[in-house]
Amino acid sequence: MRVLIAEDHALLRDGLIRLLEAHDFEVVEAVDNGPRLVPALVEHRPDVAVVDVRLPPTFTDEGLKAAIEARTKVPGLPILVLSQYVEQLYARELLTGGGGGVGYLLKDRVSNVAEFLDAVRRVAGGGTAMDPDVIGQLLARNTKDSPVSRLTPRESEVLGLMAEGRSNAAIAAALFVTEKAVSKHTNNIFAKLDLPPSEDDNRRVMAVLTYLSSR
Amino acid sequence: MSIVATTSDAPPMRYPKFAQPWIALFLAILAELGIALFVLSVVSVPLIAVWVGIPLLLVVVPAARWFANCHRTMLAGFLGERIPRPYKQPPMPGMLMRLRTILTDPQTWRDIVWLLANAVVGFTLSLLSAVLFLAGLFYLVYPLLVGVTPKGVFTEPFGGLFTVNFWTSFLMMPVALIAFLIWNAAGERLLKANAFLARSLLGPTESAKLAMRVRELSESRAETVDTQAAELRRIERDLHDGAQARLAALSMNLGMAEEMVARDPAQAAALLTEARESASTALSELRDLVRGIHPPVLADRGLEGAVKALALTCPFTVDVTFDVPGRPAAPVESAAYFAVAECLANAVKYSAATNAWIQITHEDEKLHMIVGDDGVGGATVRPGGGLYGIERRLAAFDGTLTVVSPSAGPTTVIMELPCESSSLKTTPSSGTA
Repeated sequence: MRVLIAEDHALLRDGLIRLLEAHDFEVVEAVDNGPRLVPALVEHRPDVAVVDVRLPPTFTDEGLKAAIEARTKVPGLPILVLSQYVEQLYARELLTGGGGGVGYLLKDRVSNVAEFLDAVRRVAGGGTAMDPDVIGQLLARNTKDSPVSRLTPRESEVLGLMAEGRSNAAIAAALFVTEKAVSKHTNNIFAKLDLPPSEDDNRRVMAVLTYLSSR
Repeated sequence: MSIVATTSDAPPMRYPKFAQPWIALFLAILAELGIALFVLSVVSVPLIAVWVGIPLLLVVVPAARWFANCHRTMLAGFLGERIPRPYKQPPMPGMLMRLRTILTDPQTWRDIVWLLANAVVGFTLSLLSAVLFLAGLFYLVYPLLVGVTPKGVFTEPFGGLFTVNFWTSFLMMPVALIAFLIWNAAGERLLKANAFLARSLLGPTESAKLAMRVRELSESRAETVDTQAAELRRIERDLHDGAQARLAALSMNLGMAEEMVARDPAQAAALLTEARESASTALSELRDLVRGIHPPVLADRGLEGAVKALALTCPFTVDVTFDVPGRPAAPVESAAYFAVAECLANAVKYSAATNAWIQITHEDEKLHMIVGDDGVGGATVRPGGGLYGIERRLAAFDGTLTVVSPSAGPTTVIMELPCESSSLKTTPSSGTA
């Protein structure tokens, strides 16, 4: 799998390259600044790009803007954005582009190698990988008079994991229940949220996220 | 409805037109009573030499100040603005110190000059304004007066130039019209002229204004320095007890794992997991700390983005209206952000609101920020409270905070922060082209 990395800190960049190469990813290019990022993405068309939000020269949200720009030029280009902090505003902007293949994670999630690699693969496969912090905020926001309040605690848990971008199997594993139980919960959730159930994982997550972020 | 305003003075009121003659009459009477205070003040100063003047002065001057303050309040209604009370405060308690302050305060002497000016010029202006109206009234009912009073009392208007009877007295009624017209045109101006005269003597001089400004500034600076120092201490403590301690534990775990990796790989792996977890916690603590110092989204997107991001994290709907050209200077932006954030946090904590709204605009070289919610209300500014903190934070920039929060709700917090248009920068381009 071909990966492009955008990260300005040399240590982190090397760490990411080493981590990904050790797990059979091919790093096609590692850029260290914003202006170089979009051309590199368009040129290499990697299977997935891992992009830091804050990049030179302005050290603000260059990576995020580049990711959004690149995705308008190459629709569906899978990009996993990493950041020192997560901001709902940014998650929303990434998601409004439509389609899967986006992720937005805290940088320290990288330290859990297995989960990080899982997220990279999920994004590369057109899925989503949202940081639990973002999902937590989204769920906490829907307090009163929202259909989310009708969910049982278990169903909220399932919805949270689902919104992070996990498959039923992964949710089952995380909650120590059977996959069948998870699909029963998801059906309940869709019924309560007035969303037609779908076999497509990605569309399912997008529907949930769109629903949540439109609140 | 309970309105909590930061300024202790009530906003100046305007008098209705037909109340003005009566107020003017009252002021004219007061002006002549003021003569007594003028005489007492003037007399008591030379009497200091024979000691009698000291107690006299200590009574007369506060009385004169009270008298002047009453006028400051009343005349504010004509001016539509407050007349400040520019008296010096004695730096130390004690009778002699008080006396010294009174005698060295130029305002004491300006008050005395005003008492005289008010008794002469102020009296004339007020009385003229009142008399114009009263003359109008008088000549309007003139025939009635001639009719009901015995012959000879009201039959000679204008001091006996000519004599009228009941029927010819109706000819005097145009005089009423003329008097009313003159009063209508000039009555208010006369009173304003009186108020301007009073303001020039009762208001602060340029140097007194400067002195007051310096006092305000040094107070707000002292507070800012205190707040900054406290903030630095908090950051130091948070770092010391949080991230630093965790990183120390992390490095210890790593050291133990390094030493153990050959002997007991299973235990080394467990230590490594523990180390990773404490690194994660340290990072999240640092993240929170950074947010508290300067939120990254504020640096990235400026006030608009930061406030919108803030609104997204609220458990209720928040409407954000933002209309500011460019970005304010960084310190102003940061103060504005934290003020809005604190208001919103208050709304989340106490208001039980279901809707809130934030409006940020730039007008008259000021950043206007309004945060409102439909909650239970009852918010007050009290020392040590969150709103007080915002007030102090804004005061450092000469900003103000006003809270309107009746106990049944809703709550509106109005904040103003001076911010010159010239200091508004246009947002730098992202440079991703």
